[in-house]
Amino acid sequence: MPATAATAATALPADPMVPVPYRITRVARELSDTFTVDLVPARGKAPFRFAPGQFNMLYVYGVGEVPISISGDPADGARVRHTIRAVGTVTDALRRLKKGAMVGLRGPFGTPWPLDLTEGCDVLIIGGGVGLAPLRPAIYEVLNNRDRYGKVCLFYGARTPDDILFRGELEKWRGRFDMFVDVTVDRATGRWAGPVGVVTQLIRRGGFDAYHACALVCGPEVMMRFAVPTLNEIGVANDRIFVSMERNMKCAVGFCGHCQFGGAFVCKDGPVFRYDTISKLFNVREL
Amino acid sequence: MVKTGGMYDLLAEHPFFAGMDKGRMEVVAGCAMNERFEAGQYIFHEGESADKFYLVRHGMVALEFHVPGREQTVLDTVHKGEIFGWSWMVSPYTWSFDARAVELCRLVSLDAKCLRGKFDADNSLGYDLLRRFIPVMAERLSAARMQMIDMYGQPPDRK
Repeated sequence: MPATAATAATALPADPMVPVPYRITRVARELSDTFTVDLVPARGKAPFRFAPGQFNMLYVYGVGEVPISISGDPADGARVRHTIRAVGTVTDALRRLKKGAMVGLRGPFGTPWPLDLTEGCDVLIIGGGVGLAPLRPAIYEVLNNRDRYGKVCLFYGARTPDDILFRGELEKWRGRFDMFVDVTVDRATGRWAGPVGVVTQLIRRGGFDAYHACALVCGPEVMMRFAVPTLNEIGVANDRIFVSMERNMKCAVGFCGHCQFGGAFVCKDGPVFRYDTISKLFNVREL
Repeated sequence: MVKTGGMYDLLAEHPFFAGMDKGRMEVVAGCAMNERFEAGQYIFHEGESADKFYLVRHGMVALEFHVPGREQTVLDTVHKGEIFGWSWMVSPYTWSFDARAVELCRLVSLDAKCLRGKFDADNSLGYDLLRRFIPVMAERLSAARMQMIDMYGQPPDRK
């Protein structure tokens, strides 16, 4: 099996509990509540290696630590890119940081999207809302090695046209001859000329070989709950569906149990799971 | 005698009628008509008589709701291979939303009065068609619920 960036960087860092200082080199506003930060190590210039789907723990000094998926290109070792939605105390504090500010970083952690396993298959990338951020490194990886995959389809759902994440890149990807991109929104006015409806409706319109397709799904859990039956219905089996789960991760190495999901820890055994391994837990409300 | 061969072929190509018995499809084809709408053109408006339903052969149709003082709200879009319009089955047979062609649309319309007459003559035909409508209605209802819960929005305690 050929080595890719997806397989190269899943080993834990030397001391996974010690945050390493990183400096913010760029802050870009993506949406009203979502922003992207680029980080470089404050000391030394060792390239940061990660696999698509992994996350880092970002520490805002004096405030706290949060798990954030890496949203940049795995081929770009010079900087670490995260796209963050401000939803709580730490992410609000991150949003207030400016270029030049320092944060602590632990990582990368977690299981990646299994891009080695999807080689030769049609790849369905299904994202909703800010769930496109953890999928973006996988998209870069697939496009960097485009000849290894069959048809590549990206289905993305957002709340409104103003909430479409990475709009410029979506338009660029849509302009490629070797990728199918479709975007829908839950609500719109007449000025929006694209589809309106839930992202699961796009899947049915895809035009791919469902029996030889692998799906990477990330978004609100309720979206994934509806996406999986739709995928099953058109012929994508559960062992070819991979979902990225979100839980309250604290230690990121499976010590503390905050992110326990049945018998698994989302930080260590996930966040990316093959769906058939968690299907029995997926609809258990207490989890 | 009304020639229905062309309409029959168009219905046979459409997923909504997949697997329908040939004889029944010929009967339904007798109520069908080809229609074309330019981008921006309204197919029907809320409150008008719902005397048809539509199969989309090409293009995208926006189903819209007019709220006074606001821009038109698009509730859903319907695409090639899909259908829209079931107000013709439910009294008082008036449209409850607007339908607008977002781009050039080629549709097949089925005349409601004609269909209802055929159903009266052959209840099993009505049952066959209803069985095709119900999954579409259930899927749209499920999608509408998902849209309603605002799943991509901020958690309620952050709004």
